[in-house]
Amino acid sequence: MMYYSRLRLLGVAGICLMGVLLCLPNFLRSPSPSLPWRQIHLGLDLRGGSYLLLQLDLKSLEHDRLQSLQDQARQTLLDRSLGYRDFVRDDATASLSFMPRSDAERDAALKAMQSLPPVVPNEFTTSEKDGRIVLTLQHEAMLARAREAVAQSIEIVRRRIDATGAIDPSIAREGDDRIVVELPGVSDPERIKSLLGTTARLTFRLLAPNPSVASPGSTMLEDESVHTQVAVQDHVDVDGTDLTNAGAVIDQQSGGWAVTFQLNSAGATAFANVTRANVGKRFAIVLDNKVIEAPNIINPITAGNGQITGGFDARSASDLALLLRAGALPAPLSVVEQRTIGPSLGAASIHAGVISLLTGLLLVIAFMVLFYGRFGLYADIALFANLILMVAILSLFQATLTLPGMAGMLLTLGMAVDANILINERIREEVKRGRGPLQALQAGFDRATGTIIDSNATAFLAHVMLFVFGTGPVRNFALTITIGIVTTLFTTLLLSRLLAVRWYALARPKELPV
Amino acid sequence: MLSRPLFRFVRDDRRINFMRGRHMGLIVSAVLSIASVILFFQPGLKLGLDFRGGIIVEAQTPGPADFGKLRTALDHAGIHPDAVQAFGSPRDVRISINAPEGADREAQTQKLVDGVKSAISAAEPGTQVLRADAVGASVSSELFRDGLLALGFSLAMILIYIWVRFEREFAISAVVTLILDLTKTIGFLAITRFEFDLVMVAALLTILGYSTNDKVVVYDRIRENLRKYRTMPLRELLDLSINETLNRTLGTSMTVFLAALPLALFGGSTLTGFATVMLFGIVVGTSSSIFIAAPLLLLMGEKRLRKEVVAD
Repeated sequence: MMYYSRLRLLGVAGICLMGVLLCLPNFLRSPSPSLPWRQIHLGLDLRGGSYLLLQLDLKSLEHDRLQSLQDQARQTLLDRSLGYRDFVRDDATASLSFMPRSDAERDAALKAMQSLPPVVPNEFTTSEKDGRIVLTLQHEAMLARAREAVAQSIEIVRRRIDATGAIDPSIAREGDDRIVVELPGVSDPERIKSLLGTTARLTFRLLAPNPSVASPGSTMLEDESVHTQVAVQDHVDVDGTDLTNAGAVIDQQSGGWAVTFQLNSAGATAFANVTRANVGKRFAIVLDNKVIEAPNIINPITAGNGQITGGFDARSASDLALLLRAGALPAPLSVVEQRTIGPSLGAASIHAGVISLLTGLLLVIAFMVLFYGRFGLYADIALFANLILMVAILSLFQATLTLPGMAGMLLTLGMAVDANILINERIREEVKRGRGPLQALQAGFDRATGTIIDSNATAFLAHVMLFVFGTGPVRNFALTITIGIVTTLFTTLLLSRLLAVRWYALARPKELPV
Repeated sequence: MLSRPLFRFVRDDRRINFMRGRHMGLIVSAVLSIASVILFFQPGLKLGLDFRGGIIVEAQTPGPADFGKLRTALDHAGIHPDAVQAFGSPRDVRISINAPEGADREAQTQKLVDGVKSAISAAEPGTQVLRADAVGASVSSELFRDGLLALGFSLAMILIYIWVRFEREFAISAVVTLILDLTKTIGFLAITRFEFDLVMVAALLTILGYSTNDKVVVYDRIRENLRKYRTMPLRELLDLSINETLNRTLGTSMTVFLAALPLALFGGSTLTGFATVMLFGIVVGTSSSIFIAAPLLLLMGEKRLRKEVVAD
C-alpha cells in the first residue's frame, strides 16, 4: 500500500495526461490537417438539423420483380413455342400462374419455368396446382433483395443529397429496409424530402395505338402536361439506366426551362431503332408512372441525346436533372419519421446542458468537501479526471453527444462519488474500530472495492441493455453512462487511492481526516 | 478546514430501529403502488410523440402569439390540430396532432408537418420553427416495443446478477422492491402528466440502476454481517447493517440528487420532465432500500438465511 509501485503511478498519471490530450481537439483548431484531430460530434438536438427515417417500399419491389418475371416467363414460353392461357399476376400472394395449352406441354412448361434465372438464390419456387403452373416469390429472398436495394438506395440518396450542397450529411442503414438520414444545419428539409421521395425512374414508351382507351399490354397514365389520361404501352423501349448525363437548360424555341439528357451507346441504339420505326407516332416520356410529355416523333433520333420540355420552372428543371444524374431508386422510399430542430433551439439546448452540467458539478464538489474534508477534495479531483476521461473516450470514438447524453454524463458524475463515499465510510469505520491510519486506509480501500464493483456491475448491465434495445436519444444516454461507469472505476479505485497514498507518504499523519 | 468532515447525516453510533416500522413501511408502499397501478389504467400515462405517433410543431412567433389567428389559419389549411398551446414564453406555440387514421396514414403524417409549417408562417410572417417532429404509426409502435424490451431485459439482468452474487432471497426481495419503485414512478408520471416517451424510459432505467446500486450496497453489508455475527437474530442484524450504511446511503442519494437538480431547473423542455422523474425516483429508491428491501428480506429469509449460516 505504502509502496504504490512507480510503474502504477506512471501508468495512472499517463492515462490522465492522455485524457487531457485527447480532450484538446474539442477546444482547439487543428494546427495541421495531417494530425489525427478527433472530436466529439454534436447531435442534431444541439446543433440543429433534420433527421429523416426512410422506409423502402418492399411491396413495390415485389411488384416490379413479379412484372419482370412475368415478362421473362412469357418470352421463354414463346421461345420454346409453348402455349399458355390465363396468365395471372397476384401481388397479394406474390405469385404468377398460368394454364398450359395442353396437358402434354405441362411438363415442358414447368421445366421452362424452372430454367428462369433467379436474381438472388432461391428467389422463387415453381409448382403445379389444379393443373396451373405457379411461380411464388420467397419472402426470405425478397428480404435479401431489399437489403441489396437499401445498399443501392443509400448510394443514390447520398448522391442526391450531396448535390443539394448539404454539409456533413450522415446516411446509414437501419434494419433490413430502412435508411436514416441526418442533415446537420438543415432546418427546412422539404426540398430534400421531395428529392428523396421521388423514385426518378425514367422510361421512354410508345403510346398505345388508341391512346384514349386502355388495351391489353398498355396502362392508362396521367399526362401531366395536359392533365388527361393516356394509354401507354407497358413495354419499355429505353430506360433511364442508360442515361449518362442530364442538365437543366433554357429551351431556345419556347424560352422556358427544359431538361437535356444524353444516352449511352446501348441506349442511343435502342432509341434510334424505336424512333426510326415509329416516325409520325407519339411516344411518352414517363417519370414514376406519370407522363411528363408525349411528343410526336418527327425525325429519327440517332445521336442519343434529347430534350424534355414539360412545363418546368428553374427549380423543377434542375431538380429533375439532378435526380436523373444521381440515378433511379430501386424502389420508392417514404419518410416514416422526421424530426427537425431549429438552430435557435439547438443553441438554447447547449446552453441549458452546459449550465446544468457545471452547476451539478459544483454542487457535488462542494458537498464532497463539506462531507469528507481532505478525502472529499481527492474525490473531487478524481471526479474532474472522470469528466476529462469521459470526454476523451467520446472524442476518441468520435461519438455523438446529444442533450440526453449530457444528462448521462451529469448523472455519472453524481453516481461516481458513490464509490468515494463507500471508501471513506469504510475508512472511517476502520478508524472507529481502533486501527492505525495506515491499516485503516488500506482496509478501507480493499473492503470497499468488492462493493463498488458489485454496485457498478448492475448499473453497467442495465445500461448495456438500454444501449442494445434503445434508439436515438436513449442510446446516446446509455452510451455516456456505460463509458462513465468504466472511467469511474478507474478514477476511484486507482486515482483517488493514489492521491490518498501519496498524501499519507508525505504527511505521515497521526490520524486520518475522516 | 480539510482535516474534518463538517457534518454527518446521522451520528455514527446512532442505532435506529428501522425494523420496528417494517409493517408500516410495507403497507404504505403496497398502498402507494396499488394506487399507482390504478392511476396507470385511469387516467393512464400521457404518451409522448415517440409512442403515440403523430406530429408536433413548436414555433416562436415574432410577437406574442395570437392563438385564435393560428387556429383559423390551420383550419383554412384543412388541418385540425388536437392541441394548440403555449409553452415557455408567450411567443412560443406548440401544435400537436395525433396520428391520422386510414390506409396512407404514414404519408399523411409526414405531409401534415409541411402543411402546419406553411400555414403558421403564412399567418404570422417571421415565425421561426423551433422543432418539427413527425412519427409514423409503425415507427411509434416499434419504439414502444423496444422501450418495454429494454426495461424488461434490464430487470432480468439485475435479477440474474444478484442471484449469482447473493442468494435467492436477496434477488427476489431486490426485484420485488424494484417493481414497487417502478410502479410508484409510473404513478408519479400519471399524476404529473409528464409525457411518457423514450427519454422517460431512460429515466425509469436509470432509476432502476440507481435503486439497485443502493440495494446492492445494503445487501453487501448484510451478507458481510451474516458471516461476522453468527448468532445475532436476523432482525437485529438487518437493523445494524442499515444503520452502518446509513451515512453512505444518504450521502450518495444526496450527490445524485444534487447532480439531477440543475437538470430539473435549467435543463430545458426536453430534460425537465426527465430530471424531475429522476429526483422522485432517487427519493423512492433511497427510502425503499431502508424500509422495503430489508424488511422483505426479513420476511422471506428469517428462517432460511439464519439457519443455514448457523448450521455451517
